[in-house]
Amino acid sequence: MSETMELSAAEIARRVNAGDISAREVTDAALAQIDAVDGRLGAYLTRLHDLARVSAGRVDARIKAGEHLPLAGVPVAVKDNMCLAGTRTTCGSKMLEGWVAPYTATAVARLLDAGAIPVGKANMDEFAMGSSCENSALGKTRNPYDLGRVPGGSSGGSAAAVAAYEAAIGMGSDTGGSIREPAAFCNLVGFKPTYGRVSRYGLIAFASSLDQIGPLARSVEDAALAYDVMAGKDPMDSTSVDRPVEPAATALRSDLRGVRVGIVKEFGTQRLGPEIDSLYRRAYLDLERLGATLVDVELPTAEYGLATYYLIAPAECSSNLARFDGVRYGLRVDGEDVGQMYERTRAEGFGPEVKRRILIGTYALSSGYYDAYYVKAQKARTKFGADFKRAFERCDLIASPAASSPAFAFHAKSDPYSMYMMDYYTIPMSLAGLPALSVPCGYVLPEGSSRPMPMGLQLAAPLFGEVQLLAAANAYECATQHARQQRPEGAL
Amino acid sequence: MQYEAVIGIECHVELKTKSKMFCACPNRFGGEPNAQVCPVCLALPGALPVANEEAILQVIRAGLAFGAEIPAFSKFDRKNYFYPDMPKDYQISQYDMPLAQGGIVRYWLEDGTTKECRLTRIHLEEDTGKSTHAGSGDGRIAHSRYSLLDFNRAGVPLMECVSEPDIRSAEEAVGFLEALKRTFVQLGVSDVKMEEGSLRCDANVSIRPVGSKDFGTKAEIKNMNSFRSVYRAIESEIARQIAVVAPGGRVMQETRGWDELAGTTHSMRSKEEAHDYRYFPDPDLVPIEVDRTVVARLRSLMADLPIARFERYRESYGLGVAQATQLVDTPQLAEYFDSCVGAGGGGQQAANFVLGDLSRLANETQTPVWESSVAPQDLAELIGLVESKTINSKIAKDLLLRMWNGGGSPKALVEHEGLAQTSDPGAVERFVDEVVAAHPKVVADYKAGKTNVMGFLVGQVMKQSRGKANPALAGELLAQKLG
Amino acid sequence: MSSDNIDIRYVAKLARIELTDDEVERFGRQLGDLLEHAKTLHELDTAAVSATAQVVESRNVARADAVGRCLEHETVMQMAPQRQGAFFRVPRIISEDS
Ligand SMILES: [Zn+2]
Repeated sequence: MSETMELSAAEIARRVNAGDISAREVTDAALAQIDAVDGRLGAYLTRLHDLARVSAGRVDARIKAGEHLPLAGVPVAVKDNMCLAGTRTTCGSKMLEGWVAPYTATAVARLLDAGAIPVGKANMDEFAMGSSCENSALGKTRNPYDLGRVPGGSSGGSAAAVAAYEAAIGMGSDTGGSIREPAAFCNLVGFKPTYGRVSRYGLIAFASSLDQIGPLARSVEDAALAYDVMAGKDPMDSTSVDRPVEPAATALRSDLRGVRVGIVKEFGTQRLGPEIDSLYRRAYLDLERLGATLVDVELPTAEYGLATYYLIAPAECSSNLARFDGVRYGLRVDGEDVGQMYERTRAEGFGPEVKRRILIGTYALSSGYYDAYYVKAQKARTKFGADFKRAFERCDLIASPAASSPAFAFHAKSDPYSMYMMDYYTIPMSLAGLPALSVPCGYVLPEGSSRPMPMGLQLAAPLFGEVQLLAAANAYECATQHARQQRPEGAL
Repeated sequence: MQYEAVIGIECHVELKTKSKMFCACPNRFGGEPNAQVCPVCLALPGALPVANEEAILQVIRAGLAFGAEIPAFSKFDRKNYFYPDMPKDYQISQYDMPLAQGGIVRYWLEDGTTKECRLTRIHLEEDTGKSTHAGSGDGRIAHSRYSLLDFNRAGVPLMECVSEPDIRSAEEAVGFLEALKRTFVQLGVSDVKMEEGSLRCDANVSIRPVGSKDFGTKAEIKNMNSFRSVYRAIESEIARQIAVVAPGGRVMQETRGWDELAGTTHSMRSKEEAHDYRYFPDPDLVPIEVDRTVVARLRSLMADLPIARFERYRESYGLGVAQATQLVDTPQLAEYFDSCVGAGGGGQQAANFVLGDLSRLANETQTPVWESSVAPQDLAELIGLVESKTINSKIAKDLLLRMWNGGGSPKALVEHEGLAQTSDPGAVERFVDEVVAAHPKVVADYKAGKTNVMGFLVGQVMKQSRGKANPALAGELLAQKLG
Repeated sequence: MSSDNIDIRYVAKLARIELTDDEVERFGRQLGDLLEHAKTLHELDTAAVSATAQVVESRNVARADAVGRCLEHETVMQMAPQRQGAFFRVPRIISEDS
């Protein structure tokens, strides 16, 4: 592997802006790495060699013309639920297997405009529904730290690509944990900004009130750099927030003095087993050593997170995914009449997890059940917001596990509910719209395995607290350097 | 037994905005199919709606025109059902928090009586695309083999007005719709062209014995494409229901389509699939809070609305129903008329000129009256000249033509060209003498008792005087001479 | 909240997804389990709580009424699973008329 690919995004951008290396050279190194390892890893559904080279040429021309680009020449893996004009955009589904997007998502456009190079469209759980990438209808992605294990999901392709040096930044989307969990599984920093911070325009919707785009990166600094570029009001997304974005990349800290970190009483880690429990206890102590004050906080609604989430997200998705009907684009399976065409197309085009969620959501919204399920869940959601508000009166950040286990083996979670449990720690923050990230916090040895697998520490901040959150994560990362202690053998 | 009809109307009005409801595609009728679409209105994956501010304001203005309450809080909801011409397979609409609630539509009938119908609500939603059912040979949807879809209309802002069941006859239904139409046209919120589909309406019709307070079972009538078909469909449906109920039968609750050719309504097979729209707040859009100062400002900008105008024209100027309606139906003409009356032109005279000579000139020259060179103040001046008998009506017509062609003050024209009516007996007498001398045979006829030739003789005097002689005076003098 | 079995065929009809008998059995069971879990929400006292539809409370986000660009007609039609000239084509729509 070329040394270039081990550089951070910040370093690549610095060198390209300085003229020490061209975007084209970086791009060629990235494409070579993809060609070398992706056959084994399956991080990408579509490789974008031609587009990447054309983009690199344009970036080099802009640099020559004297522009300074914050992500100059940085190879980016774009999750395949984000539209990129002229490229296949599948959402990991047979429904869109051959669909070429005629427009570009705002967040992607902002990254490319800042000099990033799109090297491929990354695999994902179909329509972002899943926590292992196993729900992709179009390919299998492996964890670079153990090819027998999943990369996490739904942004598993982006995570695997960045972990395996096939890109410096991955774009992911997080609805209930879909950035944070794969980041934890792949030894990365995965950052979900406050709901509304990054435009959803061009992000194929799963659950509109929860979906949020964010970066996956090998360092907090890189994640902050990408976040600074993609965040901000977009007139094409009514729910994007009109509020100034303070730059995070230049506000990173190296200590946590004066920061109160809340440890959630209900998130006790004993039940995760002694090894994981001690790993998180150590992580909390590390925060304290950096100057933070640990305080106990309560999230009494936390245990209702899954029930709430698995009503709201499916309800929204049942409506969002209605448009995949075989009429205007994508898959069609013919029928005698339109009704039959719909039913056959949707039976053929959607995988089992997507069908399950559409069905549960349709049910939760249907007449007679709407108040009992959907409205009740929305009220529970209000309680999550209130819980966090109360907790943040006592602390500045909340620390918790990002996932309840390290990456698991393929087919290990065959019943839907055990898979849903993977998001136990990430869902409450999603329901409250909070900015939250996962940062590497060490390794555990899964049962029967000799390969240490990475774990993630989740940090969450109040709404719009991105800068404080990234600053603190940087301090923890710099002091602990967990990510550097193991190499992803699948990438080498 | 005597029955009365109980009718409620639901109508959809396409708003006249520049762009669509949730995207920047043009809101334009027709055009090449599927050429006025974008990721949003075609419901491409990832596209998101952003509401058109002007459409929201138009609905608020429509509500204010009928005295509706504009709630402080409103939101958009999704109405979920599958239909091929609806790209997202849900419609963005408003469920429980419409932009306008309540209100009263006051309207009039051909005999001049005014009526009232309460509004339930007015809300904002988006239109669907258009399907053409093809391959049937006989043009009937039931026999079609396939459908063709054009999404140009998909996403056009649509205002839905729902009335209370206060309407009692087909005539009232049409009066109500006409009132909506002229109000929306005057507000500039819609063209309201039924033939282009910018106004579509359904009627809920039931009957009950006269005097009863209960409601009968209603049928919903669809597919009415003109005011005339609304009238015919409701008449036909009332007759059908009476024919069912009178011998003891029962009306079914159902949707019935109006068949223009057959002149009857027919049952539309109830859809097999269940109707469960699963409304929920659209998470892609944020709620609307209507600022009270905005409402106050919009209310203050409400111009003289059609019903108020109609009543004023009737009561203050004594105009007939037809003339008052004609004026009100063209707001610019009504404003022109108002300016003329405001400048001193008497009401009835002004109406006669505006709807008579001026409208004819407008037709002939394809120039609207309000854009012509005849300023309303000039018309008022002209009317003043006629009323003061400075000129007669013949001269007035000539003057109007000159004013139309070149503009200018009629007073100045009269003075400049010496057109003022001559009431000087001496001068008129000279013309009379000339005429008597020139037409001995007619004079003889008159003297022999054929008094109806008097009109001819007066006409000759007018001709001789180039229109300036006071015709009444000419008549008097002639009668004296020949008497 | 009712404890009755979810009528999976009815729900699938609403969602326009054809299910095999096997899926009816499997999804029926799985959704039943999930709904059982969802019922735990009823332990939560939400009497004095309003529903949250969106976490960030924005209001009145609207666009000015201005015309922008449309997609090229051919770009649009190239996506069509079936087209006829300038139109999208679908099998007959039978649910409207008799
Ligand atoms: Zn559009």
